[in-house]
Amino acid sequence: MDVVLEAVGLAKSFGAVKAADDLSVRISSGQIVGIVGPNGSGKTTFLNLVTGYLSPARGQIYYLGKEITGLHPRQVTRLGVARSFQVPQLYTSLTVLENMLVALVIRSGRQGDCWRALRTRARLAEARRLLEKFGFGDESGQVVRTLPEGGRKLLDVALSFALGPRLLLLDEPTSGVSAAEKFRVMDTLIGVIRESGVTSVFVEHDMDVVQRYAERVLVFSEGRIIADDPPGALFADPIVRRYILGEE
Amino acid sequence: MDTLTLILLDGIAFASWLFLVSAGLTFAYGVLRILNIAHGSLYAIGAYTGATLAGLVLHSGANPFLAYPVLVGAALLVGLALGPLLERGFLRRVYDQEEVITLLLTFAIFLILEDGMKLVWGVSPIIVAEPYALLGQLPLAGVTYPVYSFLLTGVAIVAGLALWVVIDRTRFGKLITSVIHDREISAALGVNVPRICTVAFTGAAMLAALGGAFTAPMVSVTPGISADVIVLAFAVTVIGGLGNISGGAIGALLVGLLRATAIQFFPALDLFVVYALMAVILLVRPEGLFGGVEVRRI
Amino acid sequence: MRGAQVSRTLAGAAPWLAVLLALAILPRLLPDWLGFLLTVAFAKALVVLGVAVLLRSNLVSFGHGLYFAAGAYTVGFAAKWLHLREAVLLIFGAVVVSGALAALLGLFLARYRGIFFGMLTLAFSMILYSLLLRLYWLTGGTDGMVTAPPTILGVVPGAAAGRAHYYLTLVCLALALALTRRWLGSPLGYLASAIRDNEIRVEYMGASVRQGIYRTYLLSGVLGGLGGCLVAFSVGHIAPEFSYWTQSGDFVFVTVLGGYASVFAPVMGSVVFELVRNYAYALSPYTWQMSLGAILLLIVLFLPRGLWSLLAPRAPVSSPWTSSSRR
Repeated sequence: MDVVLEAVGLAKSFGAVKAADDLSVRISSGQIVGIVGPNGSGKTTFLNLVTGYLSPARGQIYYLGKEITGLHPRQVTRLGVARSFQVPQLYTSLTVLENMLVALVIRSGRQGDCWRALRTRARLAEARRLLEKFGFGDESGQVVRTLPEGGRKLLDVALSFALGPRLLLLDEPTSGVSAAEKFRVMDTLIGVIRESGVTSVFVEHDMDVVQRYAERVLVFSEGRIIADDPPGALFADPIVRRYILGEE
Repeated sequence: MDTLTLILLDGIAFASWLFLVSAGLTFAYGVLRILNIAHGSLYAIGAYTGATLAGLVLHSGANPFLAYPVLVGAALLVGLALGPLLERGFLRRVYDQEEVITLLLTFAIFLILEDGMKLVWGVSPIIVAEPYALLGQLPLAGVTYPVYSFLLTGVAIVAGLALWVVIDRTRFGKLITSVIHDREISAALGVNVPRICTVAFTGAAMLAALGGAFTAPMVSVTPGISADVIVLAFAVTVIGGLGNISGGAIGALLVGLLRATAIQFFPALDLFVVYALMAVILLVRPEGLFGGVEVRRI
Repeated sequence: MRGAQVSRTLAGAAPWLAVLLALAILPRLLPDWLGFLLTVAFAKALVVLGVAVLLRSNLVSFGHGLYFAAGAYTVGFAAKWLHLREAVLLIFGAVVVSGALAALLGLFLARYRGIFFGMLTLAFSMILYSLLLRLYWLTGGTDGMVTAPPTILGVVPGAAAGRAHYYLTLVCLALALALTRRWLGSPLGYLASAIRDNEIRVEYMGASVRQGIYRTYLLSGVLGGLGGCLVAFSVGHIAPEFSYWTQSGDFVFVTVLGGYASVFAPVMGSVVFELVRNYAYALSPYTWQMSLGAILLLIVLFLPRGLWSLLAPRAPVSSPWTSSSRR
């Protein structure tokens, strides 16, 4: 299997806190990987390092065999790594549809065009098709600021997905989503991801979600990966159960 | 040699003036995060009030040296009258909004006060030069120089020291510092934040008026002096670092000496050098020569 | 299919053509001074439009007088040095000069936001002001320069100059509005809104925020230069004050006055501003600024989306003041 992402010996500290400590991992094509771990264990830092928001103090990051260490988020995104955010990062004064159109036009590299219209027939059709996949129907014309949190989380992922990435990084896709909604949100997301075959990594707090949707689980602690197993094996391990789930 | 002396004297005199007119602006930005265009109007009102009151004293036949304390009194009066009014009436409503909103709001106040002054003082110039002439000239290192300029420097130093003492050495200064760091936490800890803001802005208004009052004897006070001052004060504030008072002092000194040099050698470029320095500082150190770096978070 | 599309386009354009036609016959109905006032208002509306496109990305230029002056002095210098008097060439020259200036300064400005963007634009405009003011032998200093009325396509307008300038300005304004409208509906126009809402997301989509701002600034500068050039034509006199900060402040004021949900809002703002200024000045020369200030105060506090929002209360693009861009 092709290796999509490989991190080798990543290190990053914030003051005395080690957010990444000799962190190494390989993620293969088509995998859906869940990342769990307590607060401050370096989960989001890992996403920030991969996407170039932060630079590692040591170590290298390879994407499809090419080194991307130190590249700017824009360049990393252009290569095919898209991410979503724990707090949805959206264009709040534009409508859902317009958000999607902007994502699509940037994907096509035509965002500097000041003459032709953004709303072409083909682009509108593509935007509606993608939004529909993520369960958006009538809300397409709604201004994003007025969207409920579940809708924002979905749109945040939908925009990343619309960029056509080879690797999709999701930062806590169900945080802030009500317990009743979270499985619906995840069913939708994972359904689209499985269908497209895009390699995905998601950071998650909720163990039920991880157990249900991840094919492989990385357990983070103090900037290290302390366990790397399929969920079945992992959650059967009494040490892990005690460490993550706090069970006696 | 004479040229050098002149540059130094002119530079220091101009720097003192610049510090006086910009210290309040810097202070208000530091505490309230408000870039106050109406600062120029407060300066002008200080100049008008100072000229009027000093004129009254001089014409009443009292000791002419009384004019100097009257200038200070005029500044305090203007600050006390207008500071709380502007802060409570208008500025308070926009603290949590973007800086550009405060810029527009204070521009509106500037326009209103601009005409307000015309209504009160008319449009013909007011000239009260006695406090300037009274002190005479001092021969110094080959040149004679007006003593009033030294007085101006003295006033600037006293004002700067007073600010420093208040901020660094008093309980009130500690409260201000806590408000600067975090308004919400200060409020949660029981600091009366609205009162601190009113007092701080009143202080800034007094400083503006003080600059105006002590400028009055050197110029003819006419409508329109506010516009020239405010943009110079902005330049000094930006050069020293927005909200940084000691930075503002060094910024004023830098601008003063640069301008004095330009006047000696390339008089046509006296204004150009000020704004060119402002642009260069913004380009290479946008946080100002002595400003702290603001970090952006995701 | 195609025919239906054409007729729909025509139906969409009809109201605008009607407005244009009405504006075209207006000078025959109005007294000369009002026609002149409209000419100046339309010309300045171009500068305001330039400020407005920047404001859509939440960038406040407190130095757009720079482009206003650059356009105006292009006319002055072209007449003085090149003996150029043809309006079309002068307009072209003003666009090139202001575009080149924006292309240069935009390189620096595209890195700045908020108060720093405002201060740097202010510094640039004051640099130009100080040069125009002090290089007396070149610019005429405080006296400014007198610009002779231009020929329009070789025709010397003579006695009908006022009306000729009105039509020239109207044509330029209509073209600029059409172009800007198209721009705002283009990917780049939407990118500007996206940048205002969330720069981080724009970069995380793989687009360059700086490039988006740079190109928007170019448009904005060119509109400013065009406005300055047209004012020089109709007023016939230019002065360093064109680049002074209060002039730039007025442009921002008018932008806020009109709003910027539509490209027509700046035009409305500009006309209202000139009318208010004119009438307030005639009624009470000492308090006209006060009236303007009071209006600005009310708008900032109570109507942050400008006068246009009264006409179109549910404009699709919201005000940046209420957006979540402030963290």
